[in-house]
Amino acid sequence: MMFAPAPYLLKDASVSLVMTQVCLALIPGIAAYAWLVGPAILVQLVIASVTAIAAEAAMLKLRGKPLAMFLSDGSAIVTAWLIALTFPPLAPWWLVVTGTLFAIVIAKHLYGGLGQNPFNPAMVAFAACIVSFPALMSQWPSVGLQMPFLDQLNVILGLAPRVDALSGATPLDAMKTALKLAEGQVDIAHLLANQDIYGNFAGRGWEWVAIGYLLGGLWLWQRKLITWHAPLAFIGGMVLISGALWLYQPASFANPLFHLLSGGTLLGAFFIITDPVSGCTTPRGKLIFGFCAGLLAYIIRIFGGFPDGVAFAVLLMNLSAPLIDQLTQPRIFGMKGKQS
Amino acid sequence: MLAKLFKFYGGVKPPSNKTLSNQQPIRPAPLPSRLVVPLHQHIGGTPRPLVQAGDPVLKGQKIGEADGWISAAVHAPTSGTVVEVAMHVRPHVSGLESLCVVIEPDGKDEWITHGPADRAAMSPADICQFLQEHGIVGLGGAGFPTHGKLKATPGVPMAELIINAAECEPYITCDDLLMRERADDVVRGIAVFRDMLQPTQVIIGVEDNKPEAIAAMQKAVEAQGEAFAVVPVPTLYPAGGAKQLIRVLTGKEVPGAMRSTADMGVQVFNVGTAYAAWRAIGHGEPLISRIVTLTGNVRGAGNVEALIGTPMDELLKLAEPNPDTDGIIMGGPMMGFLVPNEHAPIVKTSNCLIAHSERLFPPKAPEMPCIRCGACARACPHELQPFELYWHARAKDFGKTQQYHIFDCIECGCCAYVCPSRIPLVQYFRFAKSEIWAREKEKKAADEAKQRFEFKQFREEREKAEKAEKLAKAAAAQAAKKAAEAAAASEAPATEQPAEAAADPAEAAKKAAIAAAMARAKAQREAAQPKNTDELTPEQAREMAEIEARRQQAGIVPEPADAQPATTETKPE
Repeated sequence: MMFAPAPYLLKDASVSLVMTQVCLALIPGIAAYAWLVGPAILVQLVIASVTAIAAEAAMLKLRGKPLAMFLSDGSAIVTAWLIALTFPPLAPWWLVVTGTLFAIVIAKHLYGGLGQNPFNPAMVAFAACIVSFPALMSQWPSVGLQMPFLDQLNVILGLAPRVDALSGATPLDAMKTALKLAEGQVDIAHLLANQDIYGNFAGRGWEWVAIGYLLGGLWLWQRKLITWHAPLAFIGGMVLISGALWLYQPASFANPLFHLLSGGTLLGAFFIITDPVSGCTTPRGKLIFGFCAGLLAYIIRIFGGFPDGVAFAVLLMNLSAPLIDQLTQPRIFGMKGKQS
Repeated sequence: MLAKLFKFYGGVKPPSNKTLSNQQPIRPAPLPSRLVVPLHQHIGGTPRPLVQAGDPVLKGQKIGEADGWISAAVHAPTSGTVVEVAMHVRPHVSGLESLCVVIEPDGKDEWITHGPADRAAMSPADICQFLQEHGIVGLGGAGFPTHGKLKATPGVPMAELIINAAECEPYITCDDLLMRERADDVVRGIAVFRDMLQPTQVIIGVEDNKPEAIAAMQKAVEAQGEAFAVVPVPTLYPAGGAKQLIRVLTGKEVPGAMRSTADMGVQVFNVGTAYAAWRAIGHGEPLISRIVTLTGNVRGAGNVEALIGTPMDELLKLAEPNPDTDGIIMGGPMMGFLVPNEHAPIVKTSNCLIAHSERLFPPKAPEMPCIRCGACARACPHELQPFELYWHARAKDFGKTQQYHIFDCIECGCCAYVCPSRIPLVQYFRFAKSEIWAREKEKKAADEAKQRFEFKQFREEREKAEKAEKLAKAAAAQAAKKAAEAAAASEAPATEQPAEAAADPAEAAKKAAIAAAMARAKAQREAAQPKNTDELTPEQAREMAEIEARRQQAGIVPEPADAQPATTETKPE
């Protein structure tokens, strides 16, 4: 103790405090989700959290790391929650468990644990599962779950048959499929008029979940846990490309607002591309990272085969993050306008 | 007066805890039982002791002579007897010892004769010397000898003289109290610096959490009719860093590699230094005491005027430390250090002693892995990327740390203050810096050894060559002599030589070298002993020339014998 180095005063900050605040910021989105879509999400959150904690504990023990210190950092919970929020709410329990195990064991600990993972673990889980179980991962309730909570629980636990009626597609996916089937005969305005699926701006119910994420994200920004760069650039990228195509052919391409409030756009903008471990860290790097991820997410979601493109866009950008960071090192004090 | 203030990037706002110690006036500290005055208290050369055990000394008597330009004299803080001049522990994080003069006070506190400097009769150089002789060094940080900063860089007009009274570190209030109580002398000291540097403007920067000090300074400036601007600057650590304060007050950014801010037309002095300078110039008092904040885990926090050399533990007792005190921090909580030995004396740069306890400064939580959250980068006032530096320092990739500008780090501690993973970042950076220094030193030593070796080889080669040349010359001289004799005996054989030379180029080159050597030898010889053909009268010379001409006409000699070497490009004599 006697030779502890300065500074002796420390700000009240810790990794667990950071993670707790991220979880808190997810609450508005989760609340809207549980209220408008169905309480099944709460079950999924519990399943994912328990799995993540168990996997984290097992891996820490295997790696000979202090359990209490790392289990309490809360990072596994954040990963678990992001997995639960990106998986279909009525996905069978084992799908969420598989995804979470993949995220914690392979994407996190095999790369060296907290702070060492080159890819966002939740997005790795999503990508791995959508490639392995494309049918199950695409079964989304197109509108709120109109069944009692107990039935929802039974479907998740596999105690009740998976009813076809439950297994629609996301509003985003539904639109893509409808446009494809109609082969240019249907225009978007007509599709959006279907009030069973679509609400005021985007998917019915889902649009409010997205706004919940937006509120949580703004709170994180206000708390200075994230900076504006990546979210704004991500939204900018998404708006730019979707806006351009919408202006070019409004009948076949939905407007930017629809894209902002659909799928994983806002969850991604504030909670996934802001992951500091796997993302860029320099201000300019964050702008590039966010912008490119926004473009890619749109391209994959519209022209690709998957229901949404955020996960793959993020993983692709994770790959490029170290290089972007290296090339965007900011000028230091006293070197303004000079080559550093 | 100054409308615009600038911002520096980053910075943190730790709780200032200054009210703890700034409520009481400055108290004089009683004479300690023993004074241990280190000779080395500042950057630069270690002063040489002027006294030895048993010598009586008076208060203010010089006991250490400045060693070189970047050094300052050291004085006896009170009258008494020198007990020993020996190695004692330094107030340094290393806990190493250095040469100290130990004085036992006689209690009379008797001054040597001293008086104000006659500034009218003194040149700037005289004033510099006067300050050096009175031991004035920077009291704010590293203790750079003040006289070394009182000159503008040639060719750079001195635009701003900045007086650093920001005192941005938490807990410390010695400058605050100094300005509240002794603003007049501070302003007089600043005027001395102003006269030396002739700046366009003088700015006194004070953090705005010291309204009493600001008011006192403004009053003193007005009373003395000076045009100094007392500027409140926003309280944001480290606004008192020299480069940060320059940035805030002038908008100038001094690059990390720039050794002196004077190169950018700015010079910065600590406010306490200005006061000390005036005590020397205006009163003839050398720097033998300073104001020290005693605070932290104590009941009676406050500021004392303490003699340099007072043991820290003895001084801190004046503030009645609580029983759970377990250490002393010298300096502030952001950049200070826990002294390894609490008997260490205070020195000219000891601005604050903080009684440490775990209640006040809880032990740090264990270090977690970096999550690259970037909080450190947003806090770094030098706009570095501390987490990248950490990454490379940890991997001992020191080249990379230099690429990421590790030597621009001022070790202010902002990054470690905000780090959620509780990584002692500054520690890592100090480690990397010292490793780089050690390696540079090693490399320099190796380079020098290599240079010495190469020079030795070169010298041996050269000596060998010289020896060979000497031998060749001797041989050539011998040959030339023979040739000359032969030529004198018979001029005919000389005609054969060019033909021979043409036959074999290698042989020719050799011959040429020999001929050249001969020519040189002959020249030397001729220079040494005048020939009988020298100093001829014009008549004799004409006669000889005529004879020569007749000979050539007669075809007896195609060319003069002496001209033989002409075929080898040696000029005929």
